[in-house]
Amino acid sequence: MKFPIYLDNHSTTPMDPRVLESMLPYFTEKFGNSASRNHAFGWEAEEGVETARKQIAKLIHADAKEIVFTSGATESDNLALKGVAEMYHEKGDHIITSSTEHRAVLDTAKALEAKRGIKVTYLPVDKFGMVNPEDVRNAITDKTILISIMFANNEIGTINPIKEIGKIAKEKGILFHCDATQGMGKVPIDVQDLGIDLMSFSAHKIYGPKGVGALYVRKKNPRVRIAAQMDGGGHERGMRSGTLPVPLIVGFGRACELCEQEMAADAARLSVMRDRLHANITSALEEVYLNGHPTQRLPHNLNISFAYVEGESLLMGCKEIALSSGSACTSATLEPSYVLRALGVGAELAHSSIRFGLGRFTLDEEVDYAGKRIIEVVTKLREMSPLYEMAKEGIDLKSVSWAAH
Amino acid sequence: MAYSEKVVDHFNNPRNVGSFKKEEDGVGTGIVGAPECGDVMKLQIKVQNDTIVDAKFKTFGCGSAIASSSLATEWLKGKTVDEAGKIKNTDIVQELNLPPVKIHCSVLAEDAIKAALADYKKKEDGKETVK
Repeated sequence: MKFPIYLDNHSTTPMDPRVLESMLPYFTEKFGNSASRNHAFGWEAEEGVETARKQIAKLIHADAKEIVFTSGATESDNLALKGVAEMYHEKGDHIITSSTEHRAVLDTAKALEAKRGIKVTYLPVDKFGMVNPEDVRNAITDKTILISIMFANNEIGTINPIKEIGKIAKEKGILFHCDATQGMGKVPIDVQDLGIDLMSFSAHKIYGPKGVGALYVRKKNPRVRIAAQMDGGGHERGMRSGTLPVPLIVGFGRACELCEQEMAADAARLSVMRDRLHANITSALEEVYLNGHPTQRLPHNLNISFAYVEGESLLMGCKEIALSSGSACTSATLEPSYVLRALGVGAELAHSSIRFGLGRFTLDEEVDYAGKRIIEVVTKLREMSPLYEMAKEGIDLKSVSWAAH
Repeated sequence: MAYSEKVVDHFNNPRNVGSFKKEEDGVGTGIVGAPECGDVMKLQIKVQNDTIVDAKFKTFGCGSAIASSSLATEWLKGKTVDEAGKIKNTDIVQELNLPPVKIHCSVLAEDAIKAALADYKKKEDGKETVK
């Protein structure tokens, strides 16, 4: 086994060597600008880009012309929300989204509220982190121009009822944007079947390169228009100017092609591994709580809280394993995970949460090792925890008047 | 963020983890922090003839919080009650080389020391009134 072990695949994934191989010629001999229309270098680069566009479109059942390349999902989210708000401002000024969206959507929505006077409804989620489609329906007003709901959550892996939401959007004639960064390439996504009009995703979450993503923009039924957020050469059908990063795009395409071929097998293998990890931990430790939905979740995600143990110290105790925590101490904001808080998870359990993200290259022995180490470290830290001691003495921690600081 | 060597050492080999019986003679107990803030420290001292002869801690918190309380127990041992009251959070920051975001861990450790000393004094004062 090689150390450190990487179990943080929601954050990013290692690039598949087959992806790298597809990219290499485009750095050197096929270096042309895909927008150069009058020589072989440009044609060759363009061919690479168009092949990739087809590979990407195929994975989500879209048309190649509906793929707009961006720098990543954050830019795609920005382009979708800001582009729709600007293009359809005469139609309305209301956007519906949810409280557990990625910051790229939430902060964009907040910027639109502050700078453009857009009104935003942030829908709550249930205790599993799921948006209720009826809440979406009830939030719609005659001023609503966009519904933006994520496919699957990046922390807890809960998959939203996208098809139902898509149906409501269509019925009401409102555009539906879906941030599918975490679900793309992991579970089947069909934009036709799901009724998605705009969809954001990126390459580096699916074993492709960092620095490239895409926004799917529906061309018919309805034909979606967005206002470009960057002025320039009018690339990508005028929606996103800037010379295309051809090698990255070629890799993105190859990554999608591999996902299409291997997604089902990867998902089956990883969900078995994930379930075994969960079972190993819960059989050895008491007071372990699953965060997110028990079944409607990404196959490679496990998010659990270990009562009485703080998340950052747990990560520090098993430094040879790359994991992520919802603890405030691991976040830039010094607040515990807003996603877990939105589910109604108490702050103390949010501080105690660990996210496991398995991936295509995760081995059985790595997952089993991680489970064993987590159990050891939680046991050690609980022995050191005054809260565990108090709970063992039968003190109800909620009855203690703590001095919050 | 990389941890300083001393923080890692205290985290991996915490000194004086454990508990005294709160009601035991000469024991002062300080519990500070809150679970929802992500850190709670319990620090206890055992005093004989005005000198701290033993100290123990239990901490729920990040590595720096655990290291700060572990270090505090080491420093407390052998000090008189008055000397112990002079330990400052800045001393802990310096010794453990804590980054700015972790300064609150040292503040919490200082608070825990003060709370344990206050608890000890309160118990002693109570004894005198009984006499």
